[in-house]
Amino acid sequence: MIEINTIEKSFEEKKVLKGISTTFKTGETNLIIGESGSGKTVLMQCIVGLLTPEKGEVKYDHRDLLKMGKLETQKLRREMGMLFQSAALFDSMTVLENVMFPLNMFSDKTLREQTRRALTCLDRVNLKGADTKFPGEISGGMQKRVAIARAIALNPHYLFCDEPNSGLDPKTSLVIDALIHEITKEYGMTTIINTHDMNSVMSIGENILFINKGKNEWEGSKENILSSNNKKLNSFIFASDLFKKVKEIEVNQVKE
Amino acid sequence: MIAEGLETTGKYILLMKRVFSRPERIRVYLKQYVKEIEQLGINSIGIVLLISLFIGAVITIQIKLNIESPWMPRWTVGYITREIMLLEFSSSIMCLILAGKVGSNISSEIGSMRVTQQIDALEIMGVNSASFLILPKILALVTIIPLLVTFSICAGIIGAYCTCWFGGILNASDLSYGLQYNFVEWYAWSSFIKSLFFAFIIASVSSFYGYSVKGGSIEVGKASTDSVVSCSVLILFSDLILTNLLKL
Repeated sequence: MIEINTIEKSFEEKKVLKGISTTFKTGETNLIIGESGSGKTVLMQCIVGLLTPEKGEVKYDHRDLLKMGKLETQKLRREMGMLFQSAALFDSMTVLENVMFPLNMFSDKTLREQTRRALTCLDRVNLKGADTKFPGEISGGMQKRVAIARAIALNPHYLFCDEPNSGLDPKTSLVIDALIHEITKEYGMTTIINTHDMNSVMSIGENILFINKGKNEWEGSKENILSSNNKKLNSFIFASDLFKKVKEIEVNQVKE
Repeated sequence: MIAEGLETTGKYILLMKRVFSRPERIRVYLKQYVKEIEQLGINSIGIVLLISLFIGAVITIQIKLNIESPWMPRWTVGYITREIMLLEFSSSIMCLILAGKVGSNISSEIGSMRVTQQIDALEIMGVNSASFLILPKILALVTIIPLLVTFSICAGIIGAYCTCWFGGILNASDLSYGLQYNFVEWYAWSSFIKSLFFAFIIASVSSFYGYSVKGGSIEVGKASTDSVVSCSVLILFSDLILTNLLKL
């Protein structure tokens, strides 16, 4: 479980996060949604510790990240896995070496055990046979899957995904969403996904936080979204004609 | 401008503090170190040999043509060629050239890692990214640079001999006599010592510029240019100080 309390973050004069508080539940896919520039990425960077908020608390199972020393923070980070928007794979390493990197750095496993674990992770994300390729030789979707394999190599307790579907086609996006959801359940992780992909929201959004102009605007599940009366949420979610029709059908069904 | 300079120096010192902290896993760092020796050092041998060979030859020809006088002993050409190669060219000027080749390579590599979030990925894993990326580069360049300086001196002398063998500019035995005349071993040592400082400047300053990149590919290019300019200025400035400090 990750709790954040009254997080505030500014860049020079501009206040980006204005006191956001919420709880991200363990074993669930927690989504942070919002318009571009609403502060989603800044919030995630504050949660993982890449940025330091001016005010507030970030508690990982009751351990406050902002009050931790350097060693404690490093120890906590080994319990985290992160999937970046650009996959952020190391260009100079092969797929297998990328997945083995955290194991090589932090585990006491032998080289053979590390290789076995890395291959298991690659197999889990359906990438058997791609281990000798370099990141530049595989597709964007495959890169994302390698990044997931790398993120889960050390059996993390917390998984963070920043725009996991950006730059991917809808079909591949569904595969990535399903994979993240399955892995969350399988490993019992606290997963936080930063997205503005409405397909992701509707398919894997178990606990959704909608932020608007740096503030909590709405919280709920994918089931609650369709029946919500929050105007800002509705104008964001149902911006496309397709989702407007879905909403109308849902409302009509409720009336009947 | 002074405030900006002080701020940059402060950031550089703070980065170096992070760089020289205890490595998480020495085995992984050693692997990186060997890789960097190949990438920064071994891959530079070709250009060092080529430039030094030609400069050695050109210096010999220029000196021969410009100091030709019945009053001047013929071996003077070899003596001056050796002194130029040993005292300045193979350490300082070669390091200026390496600042262009190796320095821009380091800053653009680390800068690209910054803009593609690879450095963030290392931080999230709990790796001290500054130390992991920069320390092996500094150690590798500091280790390999005396070897490059030695190669440069040898190639320069071979270049000088080439003017005798193929150009007939000078008698090879006169050149040999001049090359060996009044040799002071300390000059070679001072050349190696200077090169160690220059290697540190090239690796650390270029890494600093790459690591501090904010933005996209344009900033990576700018960081690469800035690093070459800063390294060159710092090498020239420290050359002045070191030459004074290391004189007999």
